[in-house]
Amino acid sequence: MTEIPEHLLKRSQDAKAKADGDSAPPPQSVAQSDDDGETIPRSLLEQSQQEGAAAPAGGGVATIAPPAMAGPSGNTHRLLTVVKSGSIQDVKASPGDKVHVWPHLLAPEFTAALFITAFTLVFSLFINAPLLELANHNATPNPSKAPWYFLGLQELLTMFDPMIAGVTAPGIVLVLLGFAPYIDRNPSNAPEDRKFAISIQTIHLMFWAVLVIIGSFFRGQGFNFTYPWDTGLHGIFHL
Amino acid sequence: MVMPTECDSEEQTKLMAKNIEKRKQSLPEKLQQGATAATDWMQDSQFWTSVFRPGSIFRKGYTDSPRNRSYVIMNSVLYHLHPVKVKRHAVKVSYTLCLGGLSFFLFILLTITGIFLMFFYRPTAAAAWSDIESLHTQVSFGLLVRNMHRWGAHLMVISVFLHMARVFYHGAYKAPREFNWVVGVMLLKLTLLLSFTGYLLPWDQLSLWAVTVGTNMMGFTPVFGDQVRFVLLGGKQIGAETLLRWYVLHVLMLPFTLVIFLAIHFWRVRKDGGISGPL
Repeated sequence: MTEIPEHLLKRSQDAKAKADGDSAPPPQSVAQSDDDGETIPRSLLEQSQQEGAAAPAGGGVATIAPPAMAGPSGNTHRLLTVVKSGSIQDVKASPGDKVHVWPHLLAPEFTAALFITAFTLVFSLFINAPLLELANHNATPNPSKAPWYFLGLQELLTMFDPMIAGVTAPGIVLVLLGFAPYIDRNPSNAPEDRKFAISIQTIHLMFWAVLVIIGSFFRGQGFNFTYPWDTGLHGIFHL
Repeated sequence: MVMPTECDSEEQTKLMAKNIEKRKQSLPEKLQQGATAATDWMQDSQFWTSVFRPGSIFRKGYTDSPRNRSYVIMNSVLYHLHPVKVKRHAVKVSYTLCLGGLSFFLFILLTITGIFLMFFYRPTAAAAWSDIESLHTQVSFGLLVRNMHRWGAHLMVISVFLHMARVFYHGAYKAPREFNWVVGVMLLKLTLLLSFTGYLLPWDQLSLWAVTVGTNMMGFTPVFGDQVRFVLLGGKQIGAETLLRWYVLHVLMLPFTLVIFLAIHFWRVRKDGGISGPL
């Protein structure tokens, strides 16, 4: 519930006191005295029950008390209840809920940039980029591997015809990936509404991840299956 | 401006008192005053005020006000890619994981380190490998910069890939951001191509055979596979022509294309109403 600033409250009380005349105290003072913010103040409840007994025709509907039934201090209106704004108004983050890019976005961006620079620098201090012997067309290394991000494709080549593994499969994947927004007609972006899309993408990503891992660590001489603990990981940074 | 006064003697007394006060100050105090005066003089100069536009944190009297926070973005050629304000959830690192920004930053890092490497590299079959070797042994920081270029490139492939996954899982490719996803997939392919073309340049056994394996796959493409492969390799197999072609692709053509797509990508992020979400 929004806090009403103190000075506004005071001003409104002053204005009410002035309108009611000095004899009548402001009605809020009655309501606030036992208002715990949750329930109808006890004094008002009792008052309304008494009045309800006197006029049963009123039912549950809030009725305006006639001036004849003025309150104990002579005021001619009643405060029925205080309703928290959230219960009747749908309070949402409005489009106006914005923050300044400086510093709220630039500072994290700068931190991230510093972090990645530091990481790359430290990593580069300790691990050197590979430089093997001069390129030689007559000495084929065994195994010959593509860069790691193409190892999934190379892995597929061991299982399928090149037409399928080298062309059809990656082609279909790239086309599907590129046209994903036009294929997925589901307008929701809530995860619970997108179980199929999320599942299929996770399977797809895991498919390549597993193939790349197998290609990187589980392929030895002749691109035959091997375990990394048999052949060792000495070439792990030959990337 | 000092107005002429009748009580000159009083003025002089004040001045003398000031001088005595000055002499009493310790050295650090004097230095600090000097530094403040120098800063003021510099920031008041015409040169300084013409370089740093209103709202710059380097301008005299910068205060943290909403107006200046807006000026910081609007008046900077670097920052004005950003809007002045963004949705509150959009600055949450837990939402974006900074992956898009990191990819872009890695691209900048790779450009800088790549320019350094270009000073010491000739894309010919006779010179390429030995240039890299002398880069390692004879150029100050040569090995370090090459390492950063190499590992930064692998990091960029990873971060672009993860960025793609993040965007997919948030459903951020949905209307009105469909086309920006397509641009993003192009950027992913360009990133892979950049990495792959760079792979050949050291001209060692690793490059030669990795690229051989990679380009052999290309040859299986129906109808025009062989032709594309021939154009890319500059022959039937990888040779000196390939090295020159891939060098030009790597240092000029692909980065140039990537920058164009990047511009469209960033521009569309803003035109499509900022980043997606919250979920």
